[in-house]
Amino acid sequence: MFAKQLTVFIENRSGRLSEVLGVLKQNNVNILSLSLADTTEFGLLRLIVDNAALGKEKLTESGFSSLLSNVSIIQIPHKVGSLQELLKVIDDNGINIEYMYGLSIESEEAYVVLKASDIAKVDEILTDNGIKTISCDDLASL
Amino acid sequence: MIWNETKECMSRDQMTALQSARLVKLVDYVYHNVEFYRKKMQAIDLMPGDIKSIEDIVKLPFTTKDDLRDNYPFGLFAVPNSEIVRIHASSGTTGKATVVGYTRYDLDIWAECVARCMTMAGVGKDDIIQIAYGYGLFTGGLGAHGGAEKIGATVVPMSTGNSKKLTTMMVDFGATAIACTPSYLLHISEVLESEGLLDQIKLKSAICGAEPWTEKMHREIETKLNIKAFDIYGLSEIMGPGVACDCEFHRGLHVCEDHFYPEVLDTKTLTPLADGETGELAFTTLTKEGIPLIRYRTKDLTSIDHSTCECGRTSARISRFKGRVDDMLIIRGVNVFPSQVEAALVEVDMVTPHYMMIVDRVNNLDTLEVQVEMDPRYYTDEIRVIESLTKKIAHVIQQALGLSAKVKIVEPQTLVRSEGKAVHVIDKRKLY
Repeated sequence: MFAKQLTVFIENRSGRLSEVLGVLKQNNVNILSLSLADTTEFGLLRLIVDNAALGKEKLTESGFSSLLSNVSIIQIPHKVGSLQELLKVIDDNGINIEYMYGLSIESEEAYVVLKASDIAKVDEILTDNGIKTISCDDLASL
Repeated sequence: MIWNETKECMSRDQMTALQSARLVKLVDYVYHNVEFYRKKMQAIDLMPGDIKSIEDIVKLPFTTKDDLRDNYPFGLFAVPNSEIVRIHASSGTTGKATVVGYTRYDLDIWAECVARCMTMAGVGKDDIIQIAYGYGLFTGGLGAHGGAEKIGATVVPMSTGNSKKLTTMMVDFGATAIACTPSYLLHISEVLESEGLLDQIKLKSAICGAEPWTEKMHREIETKLNIKAFDIYGLSEIMGPGVACDCEFHRGLHVCEDHFYPEVLDTKTLTPLADGETGELAFTTLTKEGIPLIRYRTKDLTSIDHSTCECGRTSARISRFKGRVDDMLIIRGVNVFPSQVEAALVEVDMVTPHYMMIVDRVNNLDTLEVQVEMDPRYYTDEIRVIESLTKKIAHVIQQALGLSAKVKIVEPQTLVRSEGKAVHVIDKRKLY
C-alpha cells in the first residue's frame, strides 16, 4: 500500500516554513509526520497529512510549489533493531532508499515513511515478507 | 611623453584632412570588397564617389552588432583568409559570438594605438608590465601585450585567474606597471594588503579597462596602491583595447582619431551631436583591412570634446561612459547580454522562461546570480533532482557566457513578471 506524501519547496527565507504551516492550519489539514531536508539555498518539506489533496490545492492557491508523491508508511515493532531488519530486507533486494523519516506513536508499534528508488518493488517485497504498510487515513485514526 | 607626436598632436585641420582622405579610400575599399556594404550603399543609391570628405560620413549607413551576427563568422571580412593572421571573438547578443579578423597590418596598427595609450600612462621601455587581462579570444590580453612589446617594456603575460602568483611576481620582479580590469586591480590591492606586501611593490602605473569604473574606484586604486591609474577603452569590433585612453590630466579619453573616427549620435535621430552633448558613440575604422566597419554603433553613451588637452594632444576626447543604450552588462570584464541567458535556459527542460540576473560586487569581484523558477510539472520530492538541475543550468550558462554563475532555484511566481519590457537584471554595482 502506498501513502500520499505532500512535498513543499521552500526557499531559505525567514518565515517561509511558518507560512506553509499557516496555510495548512487555516484549512484544517492535520500533520501526522514531517521531515525537512535542507540545503543552503532551499528546503524540501515532506509531510504526511490527513488530507494531502486538500493541502496541495490550498498551498498551490497560496503560491507554493507542492507535489504529491507515493511513499510507503511501514509498520515495524517498536523495539531495538527492528528498523535495521527492515532495511536489510530492502537492501537484500538491491533497492536504494532515497530518504526516510520516522515516527513512533504507540508503545508496541512504530512507523517509518520510506521512499525507495523502486517503490512498487518495495511494496511487493514488504508484502512478501509480511511487513505491514498503512495509509495516511490509517495513520490519522491511530 | 607622447608616443607619436605627429599624429597625436596634429592640428585639427590636418586631422580633418587626413580623416577625409582615409574615409574616401575606406568607402571605395569596402564597396569593392564587402558585399554587405556594397548592397547597403546600392540600396540608398550611394556610390563611393559621393563620399568626398569626412563631413560626408553622415550619408553612410550604420553598422550594428546584429550585422556582425547576421554575417557570422567571416561575412564582413574584406580580405581572403590568407590575409587574416588572427581571429578574436566577443559575446554576441544570442548564441553566436561576434567574430573579428586582423591582417598583419591591422595588428601593427593595434600595437601602435596601444603603444600610444601605454605612453600616455607613463609606461616605457624601462618598465616591467604585468598583463593581467585574459589571453585568448578576448582582445584584452593579446591586445595590451602587443602594445607593451611595441614600446619595449618587459612584458609579463600573467593572464587572469591566479592572484597569488600575480602578487608574488609583482613583488619579486619589481613590476612597475599592470594592465587589468579596475575591479581586479582593487581585488589585487586587497590581496597585497592581506599578505602585508603593499610596501614592497614598485608599481607606479595601472592601465585599466574592459569595464566601466567610477571616479570613486579610480581614487581608491590610486590611494591604496599609491600609483597613477589610467582608463583604456576599446571594443573588439573596432580593434580591442587602445581605441582610446586617458592622459595624466584625466579630461576624457583621447581617441586614436587617425584610425578610428568617432561620432556621438542623438539616440533618437542618430544624427551627430555637438561637443558636450551625450549620445551613442559610433566609430568608423579608417585604416582597418580585415574587418573595416562603417559607423559602428557601440551602444555606449558618452560625449565628445575636440578642444586641445593640457597634455598637448589635439585628439578628440570622449568622456567617462554614462551608460549603455542596450542592456549589455560587463561582468568581470566579460560582455554579457541577458538574451544569452534566456537562450541558454531554453536548453533546460525543467524551468520556466522567467529568470532574473543579480549582479553584485563582493570584495571587488563581480558576482552573478541567476534565479530561475522550476516548471510545476517537474516539482520533486528529491533534493538531488533539484541539485542536478542547478548544476545543469550553471553549466549551460557557463557555456553561453564564458562566466561562472551561481544558480538559485526560487519559488514559483516570485520572479517579476512586468508588463511590457521585462526586467531581467538587478545590477547592484552602480557603475555609471
